[in-house]
Amino acid sequence: MAYTKRLNGRKNDETREIEAKVGVIKRADGSSYFKMGNTIAYAAVYGPRNLYPRFLQNPEKGILRCNYNMMPFSSSGERVRPGGSRRSKEISLVTGKALLPVLDLDEYPNSVVDVFIELPQTEAGSRCAGICAASMALADAGLLMKDLIAAVSVGKVDNQLLVDLDYSEEAYEDGDVADIPIAMMPNFEKITLIQMDGEMTKDELRKLIEMAKKACKNIYSIMNKALKEKYEVERE
Amino acid sequence: MGKLLLKDKSIVVPGEDIASGMDYLPGYGTYRETEKIIANRLGLLSIEGRAVRVIPLSGQYIPKTGDVIISKVIDVSFSGWRIDTNSAYSAMLSLKDATSDFIARGSDLTRYFNVGDILVCKVINVTSQKLVDVTTKGLGLRKIKGGRVISVNANKVPRIIGKQDSMVGMIKQATGCKIIVGLNGLVWLEGLPEKELLAVNTIRMIEKESHLSGLTDRIKAFLEKETGNKITESKSE
Amino acid sequence: MNGELKNHVTKLLSADTRLDGRKPEDFRNPIRVDYDVVKTAEGSAKVTIGETEVFAGVKMEVGEPYPDVPEQGTIIVGAELLPLSNPDFELGPPGIQATELARVVDRGIRESKALDFKELCIEEGKKVWLVLIDICTLNDAGNLIDASALAALAALKSTRFPKYDGEKIDYREKTSKKLNVRKEPIAVTVCKISDSFIVDPTTEEEKVIDSRLTVTSEADGTLCALQKGDDQPLTSDDILKMIDIGLEKAKELRKAL
Repeated sequence: MAYTKRLNGRKNDETREIEAKVGVIKRADGSSYFKMGNTIAYAAVYGPRNLYPRFLQNPEKGILRCNYNMMPFSSSGERVRPGGSRRSKEISLVTGKALLPVLDLDEYPNSVVDVFIELPQTEAGSRCAGICAASMALADAGLLMKDLIAAVSVGKVDNQLLVDLDYSEEAYEDGDVADIPIAMMPNFEKITLIQMDGEMTKDELRKLIEMAKKACKNIYSIMNKALKEKYEVERE
Repeated sequence: MGKLLLKDKSIVVPGEDIASGMDYLPGYGTYRETEKIIANRLGLLSIEGRAVRVIPLSGQYIPKTGDVIISKVIDVSFSGWRIDTNSAYSAMLSLKDATSDFIARGSDLTRYFNVGDILVCKVINVTSQKLVDVTTKGLGLRKIKGGRVISVNANKVPRIIGKQDSMVGMIKQATGCKIIVGLNGLVWLEGLPEKELLAVNTIRMIEKESHLSGLTDRIKAFLEKETGNKITESKSE
Repeated sequence: MNGELKNHVTKLLSADTRLDGRKPEDFRNPIRVDYDVVKTAEGSAKVTIGETEVFAGVKMEVGEPYPDVPEQGTIIVGAELLPLSNPDFELGPPGIQATELARVVDRGIRESKALDFKELCIEEGKKVWLVLIDICTLNDAGNLIDASALAALAALKSTRFPKYDGEKIDYREKTSKKLNVRKEPIAVTVCKISDSFIVDPTTEEEKVIDSRLTVTSEADGTLCALQKGDDQPLTSDDILKMIDIGLEKAKELRKAL
């Protein structure tokens, strides 16, 4: 049976419901909460701060260090053993690479900006939720950024080109699935992360990238609103 | 030709368009991208004539020459002391910048300052690599004992001090506390327990509402209500 | 290193007050327990005490019983002091602070017999339920032990068995069968600073504590676990006084459940 309808009547180019909040971890210099469907990510930024060991220091500019981690109870299956895995190490790496292009760390030689991403609940699209959370936390921390980074997973399920694959779509067994997390500078349409699992034609990919651009612009406006809300709320 | 896309005093977010056209000049916290001026940082948009800039509402303190800061001694060596400045960069307080006394080689420097001491000091040099030197020789600079130190958002310090010390002066008058506001976001205070607490709570209120207008009046009203005393206009201290 | 701070805190305590204006035996506001905050866990809770926030989640697994107790399942408590929650926490495996926290929480639940481990038996000698409790700190503003113990207990209370067909667990389907939590062990950490006792220390106060005693007690006042920490010794009078405080304050935390 071909895949024709998404859960909850979602349109092909529609993301799941998104909720974003900023300043949720008081001890951090910047922090955020980002929920996309049933995937929840917290991000906290500490820095710029002292960096040890010294051999990691860069005398020309600050460095960015990202860590992505899933809490043990966050998977819809078995408990996740704490301590990270090869997968989480890779996600930590690509997350940092996705965020770095917008950051200006020239004012902070020899120091580090640490970003910690923790997910208490995951259900597809976790690395993208993590990147969005990290991006808001970095802005909250007052770092110089050309743009925010928005990220979403696009892909193909059976013959449908879709935005923000959910768990059932990622796990779809009756046809081909391709999953493509994309992160970009939404106001410039410059892509800072693209990964792909699956098979598809170049033409399909081109269409999906256009769909991702539109989705990321929408995510940007949600993140923009969340960042401003922190200061509006303090008004009265 | 130029067009402002946002109002003065609005909150801006990185990537947001502030103005279009070549008429406006991109100041701190903004940058130009072809025809547009775009926000480079989360903060309060400030438009003065043709200059647009972003006033930071968050972000770490970066040591600057001339800043008077509250700091803590974290290490003692033969030639001086290492100082925590509440930033990513520690500072060095050399012997010559701490005292005019003649100090014999190898003497015990802890006689002057020891690990854990709180100092009011002034930043005298910051290199491009952010190596920082401070001094305790100068008016008002010294080791402080007693009282407590709280950490505030360094970006809010100008508001906490006020024009010509007007804000901090008001708090001092109302609470009777001694207060030293470090530009690095550390504030030292000393007074009676409940007055100290009132001063701390007042400072927290200023932190939260720093970007709103009418703050001075609101703080004055708050202090008058809490203490039951009217606040007189005081000269700067 | 924190001499000035300790002097000041001691001075305030002798005037019966603290840095944030609380009385020595006051908990912060709010004390809040949110249940079932994580859908992927079999049970979960988020506890807020002041600005301290802690998650606890329960995952159930089927495993072999220990050979000496073939008819019993068990709990395994893990804790992570996440670097996201405190600038001084480092990445890496649980250090000694996290390990102590997990073991103190475990002790309270185990020794109070809050769960009947025999009820976790599936097939004697072969298969039992293992109740895996994981604590993750979200924001450390002081007093992680009390917040974590409360979160773990609340997570247990919200736990439902997943569907199990005798061979495999289907985690995507929870049954309506809840874990039977028979007791409510509450941990209260009482701290001594100079000559005064406080509860619910903030981060600043934790820097100047001389010694602490975590008192875990049940609703009827029975003590079920104790843990002394930090560097200075306590007299037996101190300990008895701290136990009294712990028993009294447990009522307040228990009300939040």
